[in-house]
Amino acid sequence: MRLEQEEKDMLEGKYGKAAQKSMEILTALGEIFDAENMIDVYGVQIAGVSYANLGEAGLEFLTEMAEDGKVRVLTTLNPAGMDRENWQALGIDKEFAKNQNRAIDAFARMGIITTCSCTPYLIGNAPHYGQHIAWAESSAVCYSNSVIGARTNREGGPSALAAALTGKTPNYGYHLEKNRHGQVLVNINAPVKGTDEFGVLGKIIGDKLVELGKKIPYITGILLATVEELKSFCASVATYGGTALFHMENVTPEYNKYPKPTKIVFEINQNELDIARGELIDEDLEIDFVSIGCPHASIHEIANIAKLLDGKKVKKEFWITTARPTKRIADEVGYSKIIEDAGAKFAADTCCVVAPIKGRFKGIMVDSAKACYYGRAKNKFKVKIGSIEECVEEAIK
Amino acid sequence: MKLMGRKIYKGIVEAEAIVTHDGISFYGGVDPDTGKVVEVGHELEGHSITGKVLVFPTGKGSTVGSYTMYRMKKNNTAPVAIVNKEIDTIIAVGCIISEIPCVDKIDINNIKTGQKIIVNGSEGSVEVK
Repeated sequence: MRLEQEEKDMLEGKYGKAAQKSMEILTALGEIFDAENMIDVYGVQIAGVSYANLGEAGLEFLTEMAEDGKVRVLTTLNPAGMDRENWQALGIDKEFAKNQNRAIDAFARMGIITTCSCTPYLIGNAPHYGQHIAWAESSAVCYSNSVIGARTNREGGPSALAAALTGKTPNYGYHLEKNRHGQVLVNINAPVKGTDEFGVLGKIIGDKLVELGKKIPYITGILLATVEELKSFCASVATYGGTALFHMENVTPEYNKYPKPTKIVFEINQNELDIARGELIDEDLEIDFVSIGCPHASIHEIANIAKLLDGKKVKKEFWITTARPTKRIADEVGYSKIIEDAGAKFAADTCCVVAPIKGRFKGIMVDSAKACYYGRAKNKFKVKIGSIEECVEEAIK
Repeated sequence: MKLMGRKIYKGIVEAEAIVTHDGISFYGGVDPDTGKVVEVGHELEGHSITGKVLVFPTGKGSTVGSYTMYRMKKNNTAPVAIVNKEIDTIIAVGCIISEIPCVDKIDINNIKTGQKIIVNGSEGSVEVK
């Protein structure tokens, strides 16, 4: 691998210990994946923030890196295991809160913006088409590559941190145009609408890609999609298929840049959508928890929830998970008051996937196919998917 | 017998090999306090990997596994070196942050549990004595 002088100096320790360790990680990955050189990144999104995932091990590593490490590019954080302000009301224990704050403080010492959100692109970490970035968080990776047309590999916690502390990433994988071609043509022959339905679609495509051993779908038949629908789709197709990039005809910016795949084609009709939706609704279900905001709710979604909850009272635990900056807008506009007066709770900085809530509830209703996956696998809940309207309906029933 | 592979992380170590043909997930699959493999049904379930050269095809599971390896190194429960058939990002990053010598692109069928082997992470070789 060819290194520039500055990169060599980092590797030799001239920029300090944390930069040296970071460059060791990046050059090793570069060698493994046959990168020819390093490239500059515009920004970084770091995962591995929840103390439940990090443990003491991860925390020790972060503390060591924070001794002399400083980020060189715009860097934001993934959700933490709790709402940093409202953790007690959400049932998080004191010991966990203490450790979670130690982790976030270590990130802050390195100059990372501690936004704690899986939707950095909604709150200021917003790369433009063609820019190279180093993002972790599978849903955000998929969104930035596909919807924005920025370029990133699927980074893990340590490799994303290394990119932040050096401003570099090895040039391989999705950074190269030759690896961004669609591999499988997916024709959709049914109307798809709403965050829940786009999540169902993501599951179908993700499952199929795993079966085929392929990664990049080229999707036709979607006439129009909102940011919210696309973020739900990204989260789902990344969860079920490990997908980091898709092209969607007339919707995503690179769809006509590469040829349409012709060798492997599959069709999705209304029947497939109905079956997949059924797979995201468990039997013998008793719902005692409703959660919206996987990925984190946008201000548009919060406005919608406020409208639906206005003057109502929820009868079940109801969380709206979002980024703190989005919550602040909701506070100022008055949406938060309407929502909280109805008895629903904001859980900013965190979400129903990373918060330590295993076993606390019997059944969860969500509008997200990703939340269904983790609700079952990680938290041992029974699950039901539905539209935002149906989720609110369930909560006030 | 000297096997040539690819260097992943530097350092030269001589120790006993423990070999499996299953993938390893350090996050959830290995107990960082005891150094034992705890994944149910794993070929090495119940066996300690502490102080050994751990030989396996490739890593699997969550990227948090890199942090688990780091914790094991701090706890003195880590393997002293790692040999893979084909390295993945989690194990590579784990070895680098934990400073565990590591070599990959080795035909691991040539190594048996209990053999003394020398891992040379600086030149990318494994010698079976």
